[in-house]
Amino acid sequence: MSVVELSGVSAGYGAHTVLRDVTLAVDQGEIVAILGPNGVGKSTLLNVALGWLRPTKGSVSLTGRPLASIGASERGRIVSLVPPVDHIAFEYSILEYVLLGRAPYIGRMQTPAQTDIDQAHEALARVGMNAMAAHGVHETSAGERQLVLLARSLAQDPMILLLDEPSAHLDLANKRRLVELLAREAAAGRTIVLTVHEPEFAAAIADRVVLLRNGALLADGTPESVMTADLLTRAYGVPIAVERAAGRSVFIW
Amino acid sequence: MNPALLWSDRTAFLLVTELRLPRIAAALLLGAGLSVSGLVLQMLFGNPIVEPGLIGVSQGGAFGAAVAMVAFAPPLWVVQIAAAVTGGAGLALSYTIARRFRFGGWILRLVLAGIAVSALFSAGVGIVKFVADPLSQLPSITFWMLGGLATTTWPRIAQVGPIIVVGLIYMWTQRWRTNVLSLDERVSFSLGAAPGRERMALLVAATATTASLVAISGIVGWVGLLVPHAARRIVGADSARVLPVALLLGALFVLASDTIARTIIVGEIPLGVLTSLFGAVGFIWLLMSNQVRVIR
Repeated sequence: MSVVELSGVSAGYGAHTVLRDVTLAVDQGEIVAILGPNGVGKSTLLNVALGWLRPTKGSVSLTGRPLASIGASERGRIVSLVPPVDHIAFEYSILEYVLLGRAPYIGRMQTPAQTDIDQAHEALARVGMNAMAAHGVHETSAGERQLVLLARSLAQDPMILLLDEPSAHLDLANKRRLVELLAREAAAGRTIVLTVHEPEFAAAIADRVVLLRNGALLADGTPESVMTADLLTRAYGVPIAVERAAGRSVFIW
Repeated sequence: MNPALLWSDRTAFLLVTELRLPRIAAALLLGAGLSVSGLVLQMLFGNPIVEPGLIGVSQGGAFGAAVAMVAFAPPLWVVQIAAAVTGGAGLALSYTIARRFRFGGWILRLVLAGIAVSALFSAGVGIVKFVADPLSQLPSITFWMLGGLATTTWPRIAQVGPIIVVGLIYMWTQRWRTNVLSLDERVSFSLGAAPGRERMALLVAATATTASLVAISGIVGWVGLLVPHAARRIVGADSARVLPVALLLGALFVLASDTIARTIIVGEIPLGVLTSLFGAVGFIWLLMSNQVRVIR
């Protein structure tokens, strides 16, 4: 069954249309990378799948139900977004911050229970940050911050995890860790959709790549079938060559 | 005063029950209400340097109350409604203007908009004062602007108390939730919140509480800014822990300030003057102490 289903979706901001007639179905446990140049509509696609942005045309379903029919708290248990950055006005500890991921499970008039705190610790352990739980979230480096953001969404335990440019601030070791972590989450049944602007990262992480150009679907398939010199050149508008090295694709621009 | 007098002397008894006790109750409510509302506004705007007096609520409320006093010589509840409506309008105006500013980050924009809106309402208050009757209306407006609890009575508290208590209870129930709402709107949405609706409900609670307080005390500034900061220094950023501490600390701070205002000289120092003095000095000290960082 498709867990995320966009059919004929157009969306944008005000009069400005960004996504045009996108149809996309993602199965449970799949890792789908949305690839394309800056401003092509990758984040807009995530916003639509999150329910944050209503499409001007077409429809969105999560777990087979129309997104609009799902209440806020339940939506929070189904889908979560890991943003590229977050504005944090107050000096939370890392644990307090990750605990916010438990919000859909905590009544609006309640405070977190011990089980929520345990879940937050567990999520931090999964990204390898539990030793820093008591540190201030402002003391973290950009890469650590990104792992903390991911931990918050893991604490949310959503069926669908949306990640907006998760690799942006990560060094090579952390990128590798992210790839392994997301592969484990997907193997455990979580559905993962992420936006990527580097083809290398998409090749390393995704089961399936969706290539966008001008807000429309240019290609959708396995990494090998989508990330060809021809399609990438058309998507990015600059000549891109694809070579194989040590069993992996290398993209030369 | 000898406590035994309380039971033998009718005047002493009335002094305590009709003057001191309502004033103490009002001071506690005022401190708790301003501090909690200030904290909630800071969380809602994701901005640690917001307080009712900085974003147009207090000056807006003052303007409405002054107009009501001059135009109708009305009962308290009319002043109160006028203060609540214009206080809310002040907040809405600051917020709307801040969103349209094309200068600076969100914190700066909101504070600048608040300064401009407060100045507009202050000018409005100036005009009202100018046309007010200098013998009867002007002194009451002026005294009210300075802020104080000298005229507190049980019936006045009874009129606004319910709104303040309901507002406080609601904000208390949301004390953890406000953490979620302090994040970017898209992020709190992703955390399963309905940020628009939930923020509006809290905004109404904080504004109604503040405006009701303004109606009994006039403008008592800085409490809503300073007390949440002090509370955060004690228990950290999590508003589930900050709110109870701010409530208690605020109540005690205003009670102590009011007691000093009442006793330090013959006559009385206006309470708002004292809280501004303590608050501004405390705030400068807090910001220089390297404990408050604003990151945006």
